[in-house]
Amino acid sequence: MSVQRWTRVSLLFSGATAGIVVILALVPFWFGPNTTEKLTELFVLIILAAMWNALAGYAGLVSIGQQAFIGIGAYAVIVFTDHGINGYVAVVLAALFSGLISLPISLLVFRLRGGQFAIGTWVVAEIFRLLVTNDQSIGGGTGRSLDALNIYAPADRQAYTYWVALALMTALMLASFVLLRSRLGGALQAIRDDERAAESVGVPVARAKRIVFLLAAVGCGAAGAITMANTLTVTPDSIFGIQWTAYMIFMVLLGGLGTFEGPVLGALVLFGVQQEFQGSGSWYLVGLGAVAIAVTLVFPRGLWGALVDRFNIRLMPVGHTLRTLVSRRSES
Amino acid sequence: MPSDSQALTARGLSKRFGALRVLDDITLDVVGTSAVGIVGPNGAGKTTLLDLLAGATPADSGSVSLSGRDVSGLGAAARCRLGIGRTHQVPRPFGGMTVFENILVAATMGGRLRGSSANDNSLRALDATGMLELGNRRADTLGLLDRKRLELARALATGPSVLLLDEIAAGLTEPETDELVEHIKQLHAAGLTIIWIEHVVHALLRVAERLICLASGTIIADGGPQAVMNDPAVVDAYLGSAV
Ligand SMILES: Nc1ncnc2c1ncn2[C@@H]1O[C@H](COP(=O)(O)OP(=O)(O)OP(=O)(O)O)[C@@H](O)[C@H]1O
Ligand SMILES: [Mg+2]
Repeated sequence: MSVQRWTRVSLLFSGATAGIVVILALVPFWFGPNTTEKLTELFVLIILAAMWNALAGYAGLVSIGQQAFIGIGAYAVIVFTDHGINGYVAVVLAALFSGLISLPISLLVFRLRGGQFAIGTWVVAEIFRLLVTNDQSIGGGTGRSLDALNIYAPADRQAYTYWVALALMTALMLASFVLLRSRLGGALQAIRDDERAAESVGVPVARAKRIVFLLAAVGCGAAGAITMANTLTVTPDSIFGIQWTAYMIFMVLLGGLGTFEGPVLGALVLFGVQQEFQGSGSWYLVGLGAVAIAVTLVFPRGLWGALVDRFNIRLMPVGHTLRTLVSRRSES
Repeated sequence: MPSDSQALTARGLSKRFGALRVLDDITLDVVGTSAVGIVGPNGAGKTTLLDLLAGATPADSGSVSLSGRDVSGLGAAARCRLGIGRTHQVPRPFGGMTVFENILVAATMGGRLRGSSANDNSLRALDATGMLELGNRRADTLGLLDRKRLELARALATGPSVLLLDEIAAGLTEPETDELVEHIKQLHAAGLTIIWIEHVVHALLRVAERLICLASGTIIADGGPQAVMNDPAVVDAYLGSAV
């Protein structure tokens, strides 16, 4: 018996992914700001889907309050640039700052389990929304615009924002891949499936949860900070809004909860749907919900889960497969 | 004081759940590399005792030490890493992971192994419990027998010095029980300290060198297996609970 992680297909695919990233990096030379602005939105969705999947799909931490970190990331960009820091440096710092804030929050919400944990994270997000709404120095309820990026010509700015978003997305996807593939990834899945049993085989439950919560906070903070740089304006009600959680759940359930590839697929679907129907108001959200329910009824493990079941393909090897060793007659 | 020949020591362990006093001042010394059986009627507090020893449930009072080291302040995960492995009476597989991955988590976390030594160790635990063919199966698709085997494989993969077994033979057929007993005998011969709770007494008696009977949260008999089985207090306890 041997343990297999990489297959020919997954090696090829990883190579192809690197190629795709290189091609994406060249997009600003070929296309205008409209395209890069749209693709930046897509990168934000991919980051959010991957982070929520790491939390809920791998660690069983069903948070409905990740918009707390999206908002913290966005507003941290404003605060940092108000203190004279370069706008793009501020975007990266904002993501890290969001991670820092997640540590004290984890002390609070990790006391809760299951549904209580979900509600607890939402309450935290609402508290941050209220705090920001009542703080006039950062625009209060009417929000603020980001002026620090006006030092760049609009076309350059859009390209820079796009590159920063691409770099952050790549780094975050790589980080979550490495994390979920490591022994910690197995520990997180064990916690998701049975926390007490996980403890009984030596999993340091609190530490493992804290690490993935930190990663998700950095990722969601990055998503908020990128959104800030992409739209240049923010209001507390939209950036701390629960609709972010609706999007994350939609992408992850549709793509495949607890698979590495599925959420990316879900993000592509949501992005496509948004391009078509974004103007349609609340019916758009109703439509999203209906699609998510329909897909998960037909494919309980999401679109990617259905593909894996049917074709047994794995593009990003996070799990382990046992293979019987082929005996080599020529050697004996 | 306890030397390193004392694998596991409990002093004055007590536990209550609300008004119910489940364990009352339990003191227990288990000599290294011995095999101890625990019997007792339903609800006697056997599983609770195991939980307190493993750190899965905090004791109200009393202390536990492993090879002379006080582990009372440590949780289940830390005690596991120090060498206490356990199985659960009702199996608790990691349902969304494969059988191999279930065991690998135990080897990497409890056993602190990495890379190929973690893989090899997990494969050995898989082989020793007769589960090699099931390595790629999702654990939530297993039947009861295989879930029990998985409990044992996972506990072994953590590399324990003390193995706590909770009714691992319950519900098995005669040949399955024989196979299990042989396996546990081998583990014992290889130097593992074993504490085994079991209602299937004839299986237990083939391994245990010492028997403890628990009833209503206290130890009512402790000694050689035959002597304990014939103890009037033990007979009474079982008759009283009509088991
Ligand atoms: N978490 C809990 N909360 C409340 N009561 C509990 C809890 N765990 C166990 N009990 C009670 O404590 C008593 C002892 O339970 P325990 O499971 O230790 O018994 P046992 O000897 O293992 O029994 P069995 O042979 O049936 O497995 C029982 O009355 C049980 O109902
Ligand atoms: Mg029990």
